[in-house]
Amino acid sequence: MCEHCGCAATPNVVHVSDAKGTVSAKAADAVSVELLTGILDENDHAAAHNREHFARHGVLAVNVMSSPGSGKTSLLEATIDTIGEKHRMAVIEGDLETENDAKRIRAKGVPAVQITTGSACHLDAHMVHDALHALDLDNVDILFIENVGNLVCPASFDLGQHANVTLLAVTEGDDKPAKYPVMFRASDLVLLSKADLLDVLDDFSPDRATDCVRALANPAEIVPVSARRSETLAPWIAWLEARLAACRDDEALRPRTAQSPAGLVAAE
Amino acid sequence: MRLSQQARKRTPVHELSLCNGLLRQVEQVADAHHAVEVTGIVLAVGPLSGAEPSLLSRAFHLARIGTIAENAELEIEHAPAIVRCDTCGVETEAAANALSCGRCGTWKVTLKAGNELMLKRVDLVPAEQPIVAAAS
Repeated sequence: MCEHCGCAATPNVVHVSDAKGTVSAKAADAVSVELLTGILDENDHAAAHNREHFARHGVLAVNVMSSPGSGKTSLLEATIDTIGEKHRMAVIEGDLETENDAKRIRAKGVPAVQITTGSACHLDAHMVHDALHALDLDNVDILFIENVGNLVCPASFDLGQHANVTLLAVTEGDDKPAKYPVMFRASDLVLLSKADLLDVLDDFSPDRATDCVRALANPAEIVPVSARRSETLAPWIAWLEARLAACRDDEALRPRTAQSPAGLVAAE
Repeated sequence: MRLSQQARKRTPVHELSLCNGLLRQVEQVADAHHAVEVTGIVLAVGPLSGAEPSLLSRAFHLARIGTIAENAELEIEHAPAIVRCDTCGVETEAAANALSCGRCGTWKVTLKAGNELMLKRVDLVPAEQPIVAAAS
């Protein structure tokens, strides 16, 4: 049983919507049951449950995703340095192995829970739920969930977050959004990280990266940042604080691709 | 704090974890209908779902072992990505990484289909009806 709200959601037992479906055809010895259920329903239920935790404690939850090595942890360190006095932050770290990233965050005086996933390529809502129980959400304004470095699988799993932020380092190709459309279609904000290197990496075009994101019908802001240049962080901090204010005003914030749940659009 | 063992037990690679979730749902459907066996499962998978149909099929062959769907066939319907233009209102089919309107070219479109990852149908064998002795 969930210790926080007393519901029956545990890692292995979750609420299930009506499993009966509609019996539409009967043969002599077989029955076909027509359903229209997303096969991520179990995860999505746990994600909704996480979202309730966040709402109850007035916490803004941001899912931070990118390739490995694009600078997620460095961005979070720089963010803590910039607004750590003003907002109480916490971080859930996802990696296949090691507690290195959580240690870096804790060294900044911010609570961090490390989830090591073994061979798993993404965080899911149940893992995040377990990690939430190790955090005192009453003392948190902004929770960052630093997902496993991977541009594929993390995009498919709702964690209960209010927004998705994807980093695209300028050391990567500017056509990454065209190569990984599911991830970049799901991004509410794209940060072009390591932007201090743009002067020497003249083969990365922010305009081309923007065109690739727009081709995914995504209006997300695309902002160059450098964790080494605090003055570049202002637009990112402003975006974050705007969402925190909206969250506090009880606006029902959702990541853009979670606004119409996967599967329902094609149900008819 | 470090959480590891539970996460490891629960989630192997992406498509396999999707199949495990799928099979839990199929078992619930089978239970609700008092089925003794599941013979077929139909999914609809769109190009923007984040799941790869061929990997799903391969993972399913492993995941079904020891479940009520051990002998079930998995059929995957490939659903195309379809966008509706917010400007000209036309619906066109699109590629996963080129979702702009096929008619006027604007990127301001709404996805109508293509992100689905859905269980559409379960074929099952119901338990035999209890035999009622005929009145003599």
